[in-house]
Amino acid sequence: MGGFASDTFLAALLFGAVTAAIPLLLAGLGEQMSEKAGVLNIGIEGMMITGAYLGFVSAYYSGSFWLGFLTGAAGGVAVAALMALLCVRIGLNQIVIGIALTLGLEGLTALLHHFQFSRSYPRLPAAEVTPIPLLADIPVLGSALFRHHLIVYLAVAMVVVMIWVYRRTQFGINLQAAGDKPAALDVAGIDVIRTRTAAVLFTGGMAGLGGAYLANVGAGLFIPFITNGAGFLGIVLAMLARGQPVWVLVGALVFGGCLSMTTAAQVAGVNIPTDVIQMLPFLAVMAMLVLFGRRASLPAALGIPYERGAR
Amino acid sequence: MMEHPRAGLPIVTLEGVTKRFPGIVANDRVDLDICAGEVHVLLGENGAGKSTLIAMLSGLQQPDGGRILIDGAEVPIRSPSHALSLGIGTVFQHNMLVPTLTVAENLALGGRWWKRPRTAELAARVAEIARPLGIEINLGARVSELSLGEQQQVEIVRALLRDSRLLILDEATSMLTPKGIAELGALMRRLVERGLAVVFITHKLGEAADFGDRISVLKLGRNVGEIPPERLRSLERAALVDEIVAMMFGRQAGDDAVSIPPRAANDDALLEVRNLSVAATPDAPGLDAISFAIGHGEILGIAGIDGNGQKQLAEALAGQRQAVSGSVVLAGQEINGLDVGGRRRQGLRYLTDDRLGEGTVGTFPVSINYFLKEIGEPPLWRSGVERSREIEARARELTRIYDVRTPGVSTPVGRLSGGNIQKVLIARELADGARAVIFNKPTYGLDLANTLATRQRIRDIAGQGLAVLLISTDLEELLSMCHRIAVISQGSLVGTVPNGDGAGERVGRLMIGIAA
Ligand SMILES: Nc1ncnc2c1ncn2[C@@H]1O[C@H](COP(=O)(O)OP(=O)(O)O)[C@@H](O)[C@H]1O
Ligand SMILES: [Mg+2]
Repeated sequence: MGGFASDTFLAALLFGAVTAAIPLLLAGLGEQMSEKAGVLNIGIEGMMITGAYLGFVSAYYSGSFWLGFLTGAAGGVAVAALMALLCVRIGLNQIVIGIALTLGLEGLTALLHHFQFSRSYPRLPAAEVTPIPLLADIPVLGSALFRHHLIVYLAVAMVVVMIWVYRRTQFGINLQAAGDKPAALDVAGIDVIRTRTAAVLFTGGMAGLGGAYLANVGAGLFIPFITNGAGFLGIVLAMLARGQPVWVLVGALVFGGCLSMTTAAQVAGVNIPTDVIQMLPFLAVMAMLVLFGRRASLPAALGIPYERGAR
Repeated sequence: MMEHPRAGLPIVTLEGVTKRFPGIVANDRVDLDICAGEVHVLLGENGAGKSTLIAMLSGLQQPDGGRILIDGAEVPIRSPSHALSLGIGTVFQHNMLVPTLTVAENLALGGRWWKRPRTAELAARVAEIARPLGIEINLGARVSELSLGEQQQVEIVRALLRDSRLLILDEATSMLTPKGIAELGALMRRLVERGLAVVFITHKLGEAADFGDRISVLKLGRNVGEIPPERLRSLERAALVDEIVAMMFGRQAGDDAVSIPPRAANDDALLEVRNLSVAATPDAPGLDAISFAIGHGEILGIAGIDGNGQKQLAEALAGQRQAVSGSVVLAGQEINGLDVGGRRRQGLRYLTDDRLGEGTVGTFPVSINYFLKEIGEPPLWRSGVERSREIEARARELTRIYDVRTPGVSTPVGRLSGGNIQKVLIARELADGARAVIFNKPTYGLDLANTLATRQRIRDIAGQGLAVLLISTDLEELLSMCHRIAVISQGSLVGTVPNGDGAGERVGRLMIGIAA
């Protein structure tokens, strides 16, 4: 058992931080797009658990991680399609539907898992790692940051993609208009419902992918309720990030670090009650909310269904 | 045949178009021909149903009855994008710009999502359209930083960017300067000469008479009269105005006679401002050592082209904007150090031009809006608990006194017409202890009846001995009410003119930068 300061321990801690951050990053980036477009996507936790479950089942039977990710994302998109139908097209209350979807899907996936595997929790083999040439050989940091599954690098690259989408593309402008003043987008000839639906489906895909990663790579197995609030943390991240993808990444790493510390401290046998250690990520949430929450500026039409011609 | 090959040909025809909203028929069997080569003016009081008619033409609303013909064939206009593809471009009455986006991004809104906005091309086209209009557009500015007038200019340019066959302007001149309005008139003329049709909605009879080829009057949702081009040309202006006023209100013109309230000979300054300065922001001018004094019962007008610091002045006085130097003295008391609430308690009141955005909470009932600035305070709140019955009784009384036309005091204020929202604001701001009142564009967007009522209300306020600062871009308005008129330009007062013979011309010269 190494001490707190040993290199291997530090590397494991950082590696764990990245692994824990990735689902949060994917969920946060996904949620950010919905929120930009004016939809408060509380159903994201349900999309994540669906992605985790379907992603695991598919990887388990096919033996392919990539098929698992794909199935997980597709599952998230399917849930998002339901959410978009109810909240965007029909205009039902986003919070009520979001909570209902989350609770319903947590129950459903637990039930399905129970039917399939009864009380056993089969594991997947360890995920294949793609070391980045040269960087992976840096001491400590190399094995912590640059020896991950390929999907990790893709997730981080998504930050850049999102920045580009929001800053440089017509779609990014449309999204912001849909969230800040949907009527203005509508009279400019762009369908608000479609724009928002696209955003919600994207959220579903990202959340589903995040869930699949969390189960297949992070944990290597599926347990009911495995997402354990990761989707909600994604919502917090998106709100604190004020529309900037980079801040979602920073926030995800902070929370990921806390989650990793929780595990690491337990492994290292630090003499603090586990309950206290497990509170760490949530203390971090509160600290971030206190520090940055007041400056969070949300889109003007967030949470308000759009209806043409209403006033 | 006709002089213009395409003139007089209806592009759009409305036949018996009807639109109902809960409890109201907004448009009642309206017939209307909109012809190429004509500026068709649509006149009517607030609530007459003009905007609803436009909503149907731009695909925002679907009619409940009747039909819309385009080039003679029936076409249901399904959506805004359908309307745009039919060549119908609209500048809506309510701002349709996204405040968090830049002007350029707003202009690019509506491009297909997979295409990248082309900034250079856009800049060239905007310049081409804006220059002859005398409009200057800062493409990089964020819309929320523009004044309402500048925003309106952006919207006009946007509608023109889209090569429409039919251009609809729903009260698009309410925030333009007299010069801007004249230029818009000339532009409309050029557009119709190219064969476009223009629908121009306004409250101002003068504009209708100046710019219209055909005038239709809406009243309570019905088309109550039309003056076709031949008749319009043959009428004397005065006769025309009389005829329109008769159609609109069933009452005679001439009630807008000039009547500057008399003043008691008491020259003590009630509100005195010395060397008030405010720092400039990238998109708004600052204030440069503004000084003036207003006596008891005096109305001091602030004339000037919109965006020259009027809003900054009002906000600095009200305490909403930080001043870098200077002093404000009200009734002998320095109020410079006080915040918004403190100044209000000292008797300084401010009626914003942004009635719905800043002045009221649209979704709150009329009753609460009356007491918005006293929430939580006795006597209407006791230990923080709302005393609904007292509030309602007080609200009913104010509604009666200020003649607010509302279905009830629990109606959300956002549902009222502009004139009635203004009355709610006035009722609130004049409540106990008002000494000096600042009005910023008090009649902007109001119909004639409400404009006259508001002006009378302001005269009455001065008549009671209060000091009034009246900021307006409508020179006629200032000339009809003020004792003195100061002119603001680029954030400083460039001169003050006592009202009287020749004052209009002197103020006008100051406004365009020639010493009076
Ligand atoms: N979306 C809507 N829902 C309910 N009532 C409406 C709506 N739009 C307009 N109205 C009502 O229809 C009437 C006509 O309004 P409007 O067309 O805006 O008049 P105008 O533009 O002539 O001032 C008003 O009484 C208004 O309250
Ligand atoms: Mg209107």
